[in-house]
Amino acid sequence: MSHDYDMPDTVSAAEASASGSLDGDYDDAAGYYTPGTPLVDTKAPDAPVAERWQTRKFEARLVNPSNRRKLSIIIVGTGLAGASAAATLGEAGYNVKSFCYQDSPRRAHSIAAQGGINAAKNYKEDGDSVHRLFYDTVKGGDYRSRESNVYRLAEVSANIIDQCVAQGVPFAREYGGLLDNRSFGGVQVSRTFYARGQTGQQLLIGAYQALERQVAAGTVTTYTRHEMLELIVVDDKARGIIARDMVTGAVETHLADVVVLASGGYGNVFYLSTNAMGCNVTAAWRAHRKGAYMANPCFTQIHPTCIPVSGEHQSKLTLMSESLRNDGRIWVPKSQADCEKDPRDIPEDDRDYFLERIYPSFGNLVPRDIASRAAKYMCDEGRGVGPKVDGVRRGVYLDFAAAIERLGRDGVEEKYDNLLDMYERITGENPYEVPMRIYPAVHYVMGGLWVDYDLQSTIPGLFVTGEANFSDHGANRLGASALMQGLADGYFVLPHTIRDYLADGPFEAISEDHPAVVEARESVQGRIDHFLSVNGTRSVDSYHRELGNIMWEYCGMERTETGLKKAIDLIRSLKDDFYRNVKVLGTAESLNQSLEKAGRVADFFELGELMCIDALNRRESCGGHFRGESQTEDGEALRHDDGYAYVAAWEWAGEEADPVLHKEDLVYTAIEMKQRSYK
Amino acid sequence: MNLTLKIWRQPDAESAGAMHTYQLSDVSPDMSFLEMLDVLNEQLNDKGEDPIAFDSDCREGICGACGLMINGDAHGPEVTTTCQLHMRSFTDGETITIEPWRSDAFPVLKDLVVDRSAFDRIIQQGGFISVNTGSAPEAHSVPVPRDDAMRAFNVATCIGCGACVAACPNGSASLFMGAKITHLGELPQGQPERDSRVVNMVAQHDHEGFGGCTNIGACTAACPKEIPLDVISQLNKDLRTAIKHGH
Amino acid sequence: MKGARASRTTIALKLGMALSGIVFLGFVLAHMYGNLKAFAGHDAFNEYAEHLREIGEPMLPHEGLLWILRVGLIAALVVHVYCAVVLWRRAARARTTKYVVKKQTGATRASLLMRWGGLTILLFLVWHLLNFTIGKVNVQGGATNDPYNLLVDTFDVWWLTLIYIVAMLALGAHLHHGIWSAAQTLGWTGTAAKRQRAKTIGFVIALIVSVGFSLVPLGVLAGIITK
Ligand SMILES: Cc1cc2nc3c(=O)[nH]c(=O)nc-3n(C[C@H](O)[C@H](O)[C@H](O)COP(=O)(O)OP(=O)(O)OC[C@H]3O[C@@H](n4cnc5c(N)ncnc54)[C@H](O)[C@@H]3O)c2cc1C
Ligand code: HEM
Ligand code: HEM
Ligand code: SF4
Ligand code: F3S
Ligand code: FES
Repeated sequence: MSHDYDMPDTVSAAEASASGSLDGDYDDAAGYYTPGTPLVDTKAPDAPVAERWQTRKFEARLVNPSNRRKLSIIIVGTGLAGASAAATLGEAGYNVKSFCYQDSPRRAHSIAAQGGINAAKNYKEDGDSVHRLFYDTVKGGDYRSRESNVYRLAEVSANIIDQCVAQGVPFAREYGGLLDNRSFGGVQVSRTFYARGQTGQQLLIGAYQALERQVAAGTVTTYTRHEMLELIVVDDKARGIIARDMVTGAVETHLADVVVLASGGYGNVFYLSTNAMGCNVTAAWRAHRKGAYMANPCFTQIHPTCIPVSGEHQSKLTLMSESLRNDGRIWVPKSQADCEKDPRDIPEDDRDYFLERIYPSFGNLVPRDIASRAAKYMCDEGRGVGPKVDGVRRGVYLDFAAAIERLGRDGVEEKYDNLLDMYERITGENPYEVPMRIYPAVHYVMGGLWVDYDLQSTIPGLFVTGEANFSDHGANRLGASALMQGLADGYFVLPHTIRDYLADGPFEAISEDHPAVVEARESVQGRIDHFLSVNGTRSVDSYHRELGNIMWEYCGMERTETGLKKAIDLIRSLKDDFYRNVKVLGTAESLNQSLEKAGRVADFFELGELMCIDALNRRESCGGHFRGESQTEDGEALRHDDGYAYVAAWEWAGEEADPVLHKEDLVYTAIEMKQRSYK
Repeated sequence: MNLTLKIWRQPDAESAGAMHTYQLSDVSPDMSFLEMLDVLNEQLNDKGEDPIAFDSDCREGICGACGLMINGDAHGPEVTTTCQLHMRSFTDGETITIEPWRSDAFPVLKDLVVDRSAFDRIIQQGGFISVNTGSAPEAHSVPVPRDDAMRAFNVATCIGCGACVAACPNGSASLFMGAKITHLGELPQGQPERDSRVVNMVAQHDHEGFGGCTNIGACTAACPKEIPLDVISQLNKDLRTAIKHGH
Repeated sequence: MKGARASRTTIALKLGMALSGIVFLGFVLAHMYGNLKAFAGHDAFNEYAEHLREIGEPMLPHEGLLWILRVGLIAALVVHVYCAVVLWRRAARARTTKYVVKKQTGATRASLLMRWGGLTILLFLVWHLLNFTIGKVNVQGGATNDPYNLLVDTFDVWWLTLIYIVAMLALGAHLHHGIWSAAQTLGWTGTAAKRQRAKTIGFVIALIVSVGFSLVPLGVLAGIITK
């Protein structure tokens, strides 16, 4: 439930610099990319960080209300980021078209977020402030996010809560009728608003309702079960999308003055993740291929406490609240021979409480990435537990026996009952009697399309919001801040920045026969025709699963130069095979779920390769990105600010060419960079 | 486990459909129901038969996308969503009948996939509080008694899956509607639009072709979020109040 | 919906059913009380029947109140049946393709049989009025101008009693669900406790009504009530 990123004590960069500097010039990714020109964000005003947003809002040009109806906006995605933007821009009077691949906007994956949403309300008078939230977020992101964006995020966070409450979002309240807050893990202030374990659902329903209200008002038109398959770029401007009606199969052209992508994260490149089945990179990737840079694609957040894979058939992984680590003890058998035994028959002496052993002071509460990696190492050693999947047992015990002894069964029930019930429903095992099994899983991606301060990508007229952009979380995301970002972008940021762009509109009308439009439509049709005509022998899912295994193995919790290079080769040959040997049945003119998946998996191949190249380039460990080559003597992550304090923005250079790397230097004016330490 | 599956197959909305029988062996009790269908689909794909279309997304019981009529029970024999149903709830050798939601307001699009956009249109008619972005007052300016907030939350957990409609012998969407009416009606913010909300939503509900409720209660038994029948009482009461107020 | 009227909705139909149902309920309770006078013997029963016709005199003409009641009942019947028919048709159209397998988990049998039960009651009513009020049919060929004797003659025939008992079972089932349902329709069951209470009250009243009515025919058949 809590996706908190534990923040240990910090030491100053100077102290850490001795170990933190690069001992040599590395270019691991040499031969896989082409260096490009540096990238700068020109939109953030040159003002003290606290004044930038006010300044930008004032400078952004206005659009006359009577002109707004003539301006059309396409928004792909109806999650928190997309639905909130569609509702707000509809209210303002623009002509909005909203797309999602589900059958209703309300089903976007934001609905699954459990823990909560941060906001610097300081209702507890515990020292919280915009600046503190800003500081915590930058630090949580391990100093790989852009200062001006993060500050703005913290600044508008309080408005989000007001807006949601007014919409009727039923946040948890205290007896006095005022909103309750909780503190998340390492964060020392209580700034997380929540609605039991269903915060994402309640926030999304609020945004969805605001969106549907605009549909009734005639300002927003929704296109559900529509999948964006291509971006239309005319005269260097984003002017529309090609979408497939997933029911009739019709390939439709939708033109507009501006396009917004709020299409969520791409964690499904790993096949197994806590993301929904349909989460994909297609919308973003198609834009990338048309000129939008992809930033920090390798930054992935892996969550240590998920329910492990139970067999080949597994389709997704389910998150369990991290709070379980407060009372549960994590262990594996000392001897491989015991791994098949009933855990209750393994005596205390034969158990290895590895986190308590390796990290005596933090124990089971070490940060997410450390806990995740340690569990992986145990399983790699062959000491994992649970069923064998692909020949390896991937699971460690999370044992409540000691807690039950200490707190009594009632005590444990009171604190964790619904979680333990959920576990029992999924696994069929009673966690009060048998230790639970957990394993890390991919949960969130910090990487995404590069955007400037206006949330505009490198293609003019293409804006990107929510998890689909890279902007606010650096190398790791703080718990409860993705929801905050999605709503900040959609309700309060984009509506202001997009008007500066639209002030030049309406742009010249383009017809559906414009060569660029025809090209886009034909390329979509070409791909569809290709998949349906291969008639090979393997299902789309089997390729996806294999790609996921490669990504998880080599670009997952720990990445190394050799592993990543191997992964790139494996991906390339698997991709070749996919194009030649995939089997997609059915027709293009009807609901065809294999065909939908084929298109998504095709894009995952290209993304996966770029993620590996990005990971290869970044020979440092930061946030969720752990490079085996960059660790301290005792195995701690080691950041290299002198070499890698940049955003890696990748430009697509064509099917056959290497991607081009543009670096945006990260400059901190309001915060000093510090190294993480768990001593 | 070995299973006999009787599944509704229908190529598209216009064509007629029929039940087809499939045999599936080596089903693990740890599989979710939808994973079992994934396995069947892999086998069909290998054989060159069109895989069975069904909706799902989150597969953790929260998005409301999944929903099948399993042996005559909406979402199957447990109180949960289809995606959270596991094969251990069935026995070896069992015959399982799988059908789509049956409601004329939810037309079948293909196989087990139905169109539930009628729910969106009901929400469009008033399932919201009219507040433009930026015009909201400070959150703490309107305290909400904790019990009201709890009740609002409890019914706001509806995931819009449509199982209530599927289970109701009258094909009524009253539980879904009642959940929204109660959620918004329980909060001070929801009061100004209370009368028009209920009238317009119910009118749209009727217009979509859902049946009228006769308080049978099969809906609440099928609801994976255990939305109680209270909400239908509240719905009726709000409509009666609206009549009294001249709507 | 633009121009939507609350009174045109399915819920308004339901309110019509509930209100007319409550009128019926009041009537059957009173009627049952009157019927039980049969146990008090020939004269008490006939006096009561006559008294009914005299209430309100001379302010009202003979049978004045009775006619007011009759008009009310007929109006309620029209409303009740009209709403039932409209709702029934809506429900039939709401699911034109039936399930191959359907369980009614969570539903009571009574709730599923409301319409057929209602129809049974309607048919019974036609016969009942022919029997006692409009047609005054005495299958034993006896006199029809003495209510008490007509009653005894009627229920002395076992199959007539059976018809009545079956009808009372239908009525009991109808009320068992109908009373709680009316409470729900009127919005009086906003909590689990109130819901339970309404269900209990519905069951108890249904039991009282069906047993109470059945006592008279059974009493005749058992020879307790005789001419
Ligand atoms: C299990 C889980 C728990 C989480 N818990 C928390 C939490 O407690 N707190 C927190 O802050 N964050 C949490 N997160 C992260 C957070 O939920 C997400 O990052 C955030 O909701 C993403 O919102 P979004 O609007 O960007 O995208 P999404 O909500 O994913 O929406 C994407 C939208 O894009 C559409 N779309 C995608 N591709 C296409 C296409 N090609 N064509 C058309 N439409 C398309 C989809 O239909 C959908 O509408 C959690 C994430 C997960 C997976
Ligand atoms: C004459 C034939 C009758 C028919 C066709 C009929 C039919 C119905 C139907 C279809 C319902 C709706 C089911 C429901 O809402 O739960 C209903 C409800 C009801 N009926 Fe009848 N009925 C008849 C007679 C009666 C009689 C004689 C009584 C009383 C003695 C009665 C009392 C009720 C009550 C109290 C309800 C509940 C109303 C509600 O649901 O809000 N009905 N009836
Ligand atoms: C076993 C049960 C019943 C018995 C013995 C019985 C008996 C009678 C008798 C004797 C009369 C004639 C009274 C008179 O003319 O003064 C009568 C009238 C009537 N009964 Fe019943 N009845 C029974 C059940 C019912 C039920 C269940 C209903 C309704 C659902 C009903 C509805 C009526 C009506 C409408 C009249 C006509 C009243 C009038 O307009 O005069 N009866 N009944
Ligand atoms: S009320 Fe229950 S069954 Fe109906 S749509 Fe909502 S969650 Fe599904
Ligand atoms: S089952 Fe149907 S009749 Fe009403 S109480 Fe539920 S909607
Ligand atoms: S797939 Fe989301 S609720 Fe079942």
